[in-house]
Amino acid sequence: MHKPFILLVDDETSFIETMSKRLQKREFTVMTAASGQEALEVLRANRHLDVVVLDVKMPGMDGIETLQEIKKAFPLTEVIMLTGHATIESAIDGMKTGAFDYLMKPCDIDQLVAKVMEAGRKKQEHAQRMEQAQLEKLMSTKGI
Amino acid sequence: MRNKSEAEVEPSTDVTRRETGVSARPAGKQTNAYYFQLTRRLMLTVIVVSFTPMIMVIAILLHQFHASYHEKTYAHLNEVVLKHKQNIDTFLKEKLANIHELTITTPVMTLSDKMLLERELQNLKTAYGDVFVDLGVVDADGLQATYAGPYQLDNAFYGDAAWFQKAISQFYYVSDVFMGLRGSPHFIITVRRYINDVPWVIRATIDFKAFNTLVENLRLGRTGFAFIINRNGEFQTRPPLGGLSEDLRYEEITSRLSRSHEKVLIFEKKDASGNKSIYAVAGLKDNNWLLVLRQEKQDAFSEFNRMAQIAGLIFALGGMGIIIMAVVLSRRMVRRIQKADSETQTLNQQVIETGKLASVGELAAGIAHEINNPVAIMVEEAGWIGDLLEDESLKNNPNLPEIQRAITQIGTQGRRCKEITHKLLSFARKTDSTIKDVQLNELISEIVQLSGQMAKSSKITITTDMTPDLPYVTLSPSEMQQVMLNLINNAMDAMEKTGGTIHISTKMSKLEKDHIVIIVEDTGPGIPEANLPFIFNPFFTTKPVGKGTGLGLSICYGIVEKMGGKIDVTSKVGEGTRFRVWIPYQQPESK
Repeated sequence: MHKPFILLVDDETSFIETMSKRLQKREFTVMTAASGQEALEVLRANRHLDVVVLDVKMPGMDGIETLQEIKKAFPLTEVIMLTGHATIESAIDGMKTGAFDYLMKPCDIDQLVAKVMEAGRKKQEHAQRMEQAQLEKLMSTKGI
Repeated sequence: MRNKSEAEVEPSTDVTRRETGVSARPAGKQTNAYYFQLTRRLMLTVIVVSFTPMIMVIAILLHQFHASYHEKTYAHLNEVVLKHKQNIDTFLKEKLANIHELTITTPVMTLSDKMLLERELQNLKTAYGDVFVDLGVVDADGLQATYAGPYQLDNAFYGDAAWFQKAISQFYYVSDVFMGLRGSPHFIITVRRYINDVPWVIRATIDFKAFNTLVENLRLGRTGFAFIINRNGEFQTRPPLGGLSEDLRYEEITSRLSRSHEKVLIFEKKDASGNKSIYAVAGLKDNNWLLVLRQEKQDAFSEFNRMAQIAGLIFALGGMGIIIMAVVLSRRMVRRIQKADSETQTLNQQVIETGKLASVGELAAGIAHEINNPVAIMVEEAGWIGDLLEDESLKNNPNLPEIQRAITQIGTQGRRCKEITHKLLSFARKTDSTIKDVQLNELISEIVQLSGQMAKSSKITITTDMTPDLPYVTLSPSEMQQVMLNLINNAMDAMEKTGGTIHISTKMSKLEKDHIVIIVEDTGPGIPEANLPFIFNPFFTTKPVGKGTGLGLSICYGIVEKMGGKIDVTSKVGEGTRFRVWIPYQQPESK
């Protein structure tokens, strides 16, 4: 099965570095960003990113804002919120805004992998459906 | 969770230290001094404020009354003395006129004939009463030529008498009182008449008693007494009882009398024994005699003095009343203030405690959040090491199992850290947990069912006593569940080894208006008194290290406070612990 292309976003660089190493070891392609701003830039440069793992609490542009921006610019990209307990409400807010799911820090790597895979699948299905819809649209126009 | 239990008796010194640490009351002695001073100040204020107008009113009234009474007394004296002066003047003038008339109208013959003179005397007596004692005709040499009267004074020689010298030299003369030849006090009236160019003096003796009645009738009060004195200070009437102990300066009085327009001079004088007397003096006989009315001042002002005494009595009684009232009132007031103060103090202390707890909670939450990230990194790194250990190249390392064990342990402990921080964060987090109308009884029943399984295994029975039909409360059910779970778990932990009963009851609170009270009682070992003030503090625990976070009750506290409720604890070592939770409810609007 296709392994999703992941972007890790957190201001704690040592955290995302280790995490990316671990994910890479599990044969994922991983990019990292230390802020919401950077995450958007990376996304713009890599259109085929599938899943963003986003920390809620970040200095500057916080997780929720970043999420909104991502969903606006890249609606197909799935986002998994990463949160400490205190920000669980904002994680819920995030889900309302369109996040795929949330995880509590520190999280189990297997849990994360499972969630990422799920999100990747969802994105793929989504993309496929869109492709299909476009195809149908194309077909119907042709039919006329 | 169990923040308490297991009776660990603190050393007594430690207890006192802690207790003084908790209590923020000022030292008792100092406080008493403060309240004593307050009482005194209040008392003085009341007394001064009440006394000042009272004293002023009484003083002004007394002064005014004294002035008018003084005036009235003096006016009265003036009037009385004036009237008597006129009486006496009239009396003397009348007698003089009688004699004058006698000398003019009677023929010379009558004057030289004893029988005729006696008849004239008889006539005078029948006409004017026994005022005239005798009549006499004295020649220019002082020899009494004719005499009519009760004494043997025919041919008496008056040539050397003081009165005769004066009588012969003027037309009329009224003498002072003197003893004369008869040896009894009397005075005489003389009229001079020329017969054949030779001066004769016709004299008449006035009855001393009859004259005295004029003055003796003049009595005022108890001590008011009138008398007449002559130039030499000799009494012309009967002297007053006890005599006249003070000397009246005749010259001074007469000069003042002649200077003033008033006919009566009133003055006050102290006698030898220090008693003040009022004198009203009027001149008689062209100021040759003085009519003196003397009254002791105390007597004259007796009415005023009585009035002053009554005022004094009223003042004393009123003052006593004011003082008693001031003492009682200020004491009562200060006692109330004291009570209010101590209540405020207790309240302040509670507020401080609450604030402290809240800030400690916030601090704890902040720290928890900060710690969470490093812990996450550590767990992640440990995970990474674990990942790396999967490599084939390390498979042959003999220490591999040990390293793996260590990594697992790091992961386990990391998760423990996570648990702690998450609990801490939930203690302080701002939940927007959905608020619903909740029937507390149902909620508690559910939790009791939930805890029932666990309780059975520890030989603990949970009993409930719910008051039915309690009003609905508006709160977050999950938070309320958390509170109840914490309390029940605490109780179960406390009785883990011994077993026992947990009794949960709900009822309408009598202490707090519009509150429902939930009581959770256990029969566990109880909480030592020294620990009681701290059990709601975060991280306070008596459980062995690693078994409890010390957050359960502080979370309960935080939640209940947020709901606008209250939680408290009472405990007796060896008997058990009782938690009471008050939850406010909205008074249902009557339809």
